[in-house]
Amino acid sequence: MTTPIDGARATVRRGRWITLVALAGLAGVYVLALRYTPEEEFQGLAQKIFYLHVPAAWTSLFVFTLVGLASALYLWLHDSRLDLFAESSAEVGVAFSAIMLTTGPIWAKPIWGTWWTWDARLTLTLFLFFLYVGYLALRAAVSDPSERARFSAVVAILGMLLVPFIHLSVYFFRTLHPRPVVLKPSAPSLPPVMLRTLLVSFGVCLLLYVGLVTMRYGLGLADRIREAREANDVA
Amino acid sequence: MRDALRLALVIAGKDLRAELRSRTALLSAVVFAALVLVVFNFARDPTAFPASELAPSALWITFAFGAIIALNRAFAMEREHAALDGLLLAPVPREALYLGKLLANLAFVGIVEAVTLPLFVLFFDVDLAGALGGLLVVIVLATVGFVAVGTVFSAMAVRTRFAELLLPVLLLPFMVPPLVGAASLTSRLLGGRPFSEMAGLLRLLALYDIVFVTLCTLLFPAVMDE
Amino acid sequence: MPQYEAPLLVATALARSYGPRKVLHAIDLQLAAGETLVIAGPNGAGKTTLLRLLAGLMRPSAGEVRVLGRRLTAGDPDARRPLGLLSHQSLLYDDLTLRENLVFAARLHGLRSPGALADAALASAGLTDRAHASPRELSRGMLQRAAIARALVHEPAILLLDEPFTGLDAAASGRLRALIRDRAGAGRAIVLVTHQLAEAWDLASRVAVLAGGRWVLDGPREGDVAEFLPRYHASTDA
Repeated sequence: MTTPIDGARATVRRGRWITLVALAGLAGVYVLALRYTPEEEFQGLAQKIFYLHVPAAWTSLFVFTLVGLASALYLWLHDSRLDLFAESSAEVGVAFSAIMLTTGPIWAKPIWGTWWTWDARLTLTLFLFFLYVGYLALRAAVSDPSERARFSAVVAILGMLLVPFIHLSVYFFRTLHPRPVVLKPSAPSLPPVMLRTLLVSFGVCLLLYVGLVTMRYGLGLADRIREAREANDVA
Repeated sequence: MRDALRLALVIAGKDLRAELRSRTALLSAVVFAALVLVVFNFARDPTAFPASELAPSALWITFAFGAIIALNRAFAMEREHAALDGLLLAPVPREALYLGKLLANLAFVGIVEAVTLPLFVLFFDVDLAGALGGLLVVIVLATVGFVAVGTVFSAMAVRTRFAELLLPVLLLPFMVPPLVGAASLTSRLLGGRPFSEMAGLLRLLALYDIVFVTLCTLLFPAVMDE
Repeated sequence: MPQYEAPLLVATALARSYGPRKVLHAIDLQLAAGETLVIAGPNGAGKTTLLRLLAGLMRPSAGEVRVLGRRLTAGDPDARRPLGLLSHQSLLYDDLTLRENLVFAARLHGLRSPGALADAALASAGLTDRAHASPRELSRGMLQRAAIARALVHEPAILLLDEPFTGLDAAASGRLRALIRDRAGAGRAIVLVTHQLAEAWDLASRVAVLAGGRWVLDGPREGDVAEFLPRYHASTDA
C-alpha cells in the first residue's frame, strides 16, 4: 500500500534522478562549449561564460513567470499544491538568478573593463533577484499557511508585471549590453555552432530546474503531510 | 459604482480625521522627509557638485522614503482593536475598501510632498518658475503609481513580523519605474527642455498607473480574504 | 424589517482548516427568527472560528453559510448587511471619539442620518456623557458597552456575540441580558458563544456544545444548568 508520504518520497527520488542527469548534461555543456565550439573572434575565451550566463538568465526569467502564473492560478483555485510549486520554483529560481549575477561581472571585467555597470539588462536581472528575495522574505515572515500563500501570490503576480516596466525604465539609461543576438526579428546573427551550444545549455538548465523543483516539491509535500499528521494528532 | 465611491470616501475621511487628530505619524513623516533633504545636501562635496545637480535625485529619494514611512502606518490603525474586522463585516465591497485606503494614503503622502517641495526649493536653490505645473503633473503621476502598490503591500506587511522592514524590501523594486521616470522628468523640466523629450517618460508613468491601480484593485480582495 | 419565514441563518457542512490543521468539521446549523443559540465548548473547540465563518470574516474550506437565503461570500457585500458581530476586540479606533466611531460604523452600513443613530446608540449604552471621549480613555466595562453599541448601531437581524459578558460588572451584564432578550423578542436571531455556560443559560432557547470542531450536543434548553453541566462535561471529555 502506498501512503501519501511514500508518494512524496518517490517524487523526491524522481527529482534526484532528473537532477543527476541534468548535472551530467551540464558537464557535457562545458565540454561542448570549451572543446567543440569555436572561440569568438574578439572576446576570446571569456566569451565561453556566455553559454552559462545567458541560459541561466533565461531560466530565471522563465521561472519567475512560472511563479507568477502558478500564483494567479492559486488565487483562483485555492489549491495548496500550486502554492508549494510556486515556493519551490522561487527557491530554485533565486539560485539561477544568483548564477546569472555572478557570471555576468566575471565576464564583464575582461570585456567591458568593469565588474559592474548600470546597463539595462544587468539592472533588470539585479531587480529580478531582489524580487525573488522579497518574495521569499515575505514567505518567511508570515506564519499562517493560507495567509502566506495568498500574500506571496499577490507579490508574485505584481512582480511578474513589474519586470517589463523595470526593463522599459532602465532602458532610458545608456546601455552597454551586447544587443540581443538570438531573439531578433531577422534571422539569429549568432553562428549556428554557437547557437547550438547555447540552446543545448538552455535545455540543460531547464532540466536542472525541473529536477531541483521536483525534489524541492517532494520534500515540501512530505513536510506538509507530516505537519498535517502532527496537527491532527494533537487536536 | 457610486455607492462604492461614496464608501471609499467615508473610509478615506475616517483615516484622515484620525491621522490629523493624532498627528504623530504625519509630523514624523514630514520631519523625516525634511531631514533626508538636509542630509542629502551635506552628503556631497560642495567643491565638486553644485546642489542643483543632485536636486532631482534628492527630491525623489526624499519622496520615496517619506512615502514608505507614511505607508507603514496605513494599516497599523486597522490592526488595533481589530478595527479591520469592522470594515470587512460591513456591506462594503473590498474594492471600495482598497480605494478608500488608497485615497487616504495619497492624501497623506501628498501632504508630506507638499511640505517637502518648498523646503526643496529653499535648500537646493531651485528655480521652479515655469516648471511648477509640469512638476506637479509628474509628482501626481509617479505618486499614484507607487502608493497604489504600497497600499496593498502595507496591508500585507502589517500582518507579518518585521513589518517596518518588509515593506521597503517589497516596495522599493516597485518604486524603480516611477522614480526613474520622475527623476529624469524633473531634471528635464528644471533644465527647460522641450516637451517632446518628456512625452515618452510621461507615457511610461501613466501606463504604470493604469496597470498597477487596476491590478492592485483586483488583487486587494485576495489579501483581505482570510 | 420584512417578515422572513425561513431560517435567518443556515450553515451547511461548514469546515475550516488552518493550513494542515482542521479546526471545524462539517458543521450544520440553522437559526430561526427569535431564537437564541448558545454555543458552549472548551477553549480550542473552534467556537471563535465558527463565529468568524458565520460573520463572513473567513472563507470556509468547505460548505457554505446563507444569510436570509443569500450565500455569504467576500464578493457579495449586501449578503453581510444583516449581520452584527461583537468580538473579543472593540473594533473601535482610538484616534476617533466614541461618537465619531459610531457615526463611521453607521455610514459604512449606508444608513441615513448616521448622527442621530449614533446618539441613540450612545444613549442606550449609557455613554452619552462620554460621546467625545476616545475609547482609550474608557474603563474596561465602558469599553465593552461601547463595543456593543458599535456592533448594534445598524440594528442587525442576526447578532453574533463572542463572550459578550467578559469585563462587564453585574449591572452592565444585567443590561446586556435585557438587551439580548429584547432583540430576541423582536424577531432577531442570536448566536452567543461562551465557555461559561452558566452565565448564558437562561438566555438560550437552544444550547449546542462544540468540541474538537464538531457538535457533541445540540438541542432545546431544558431544565436547570446544574442538571446540564454533567452532560456537558461528559460530552467534551469524550
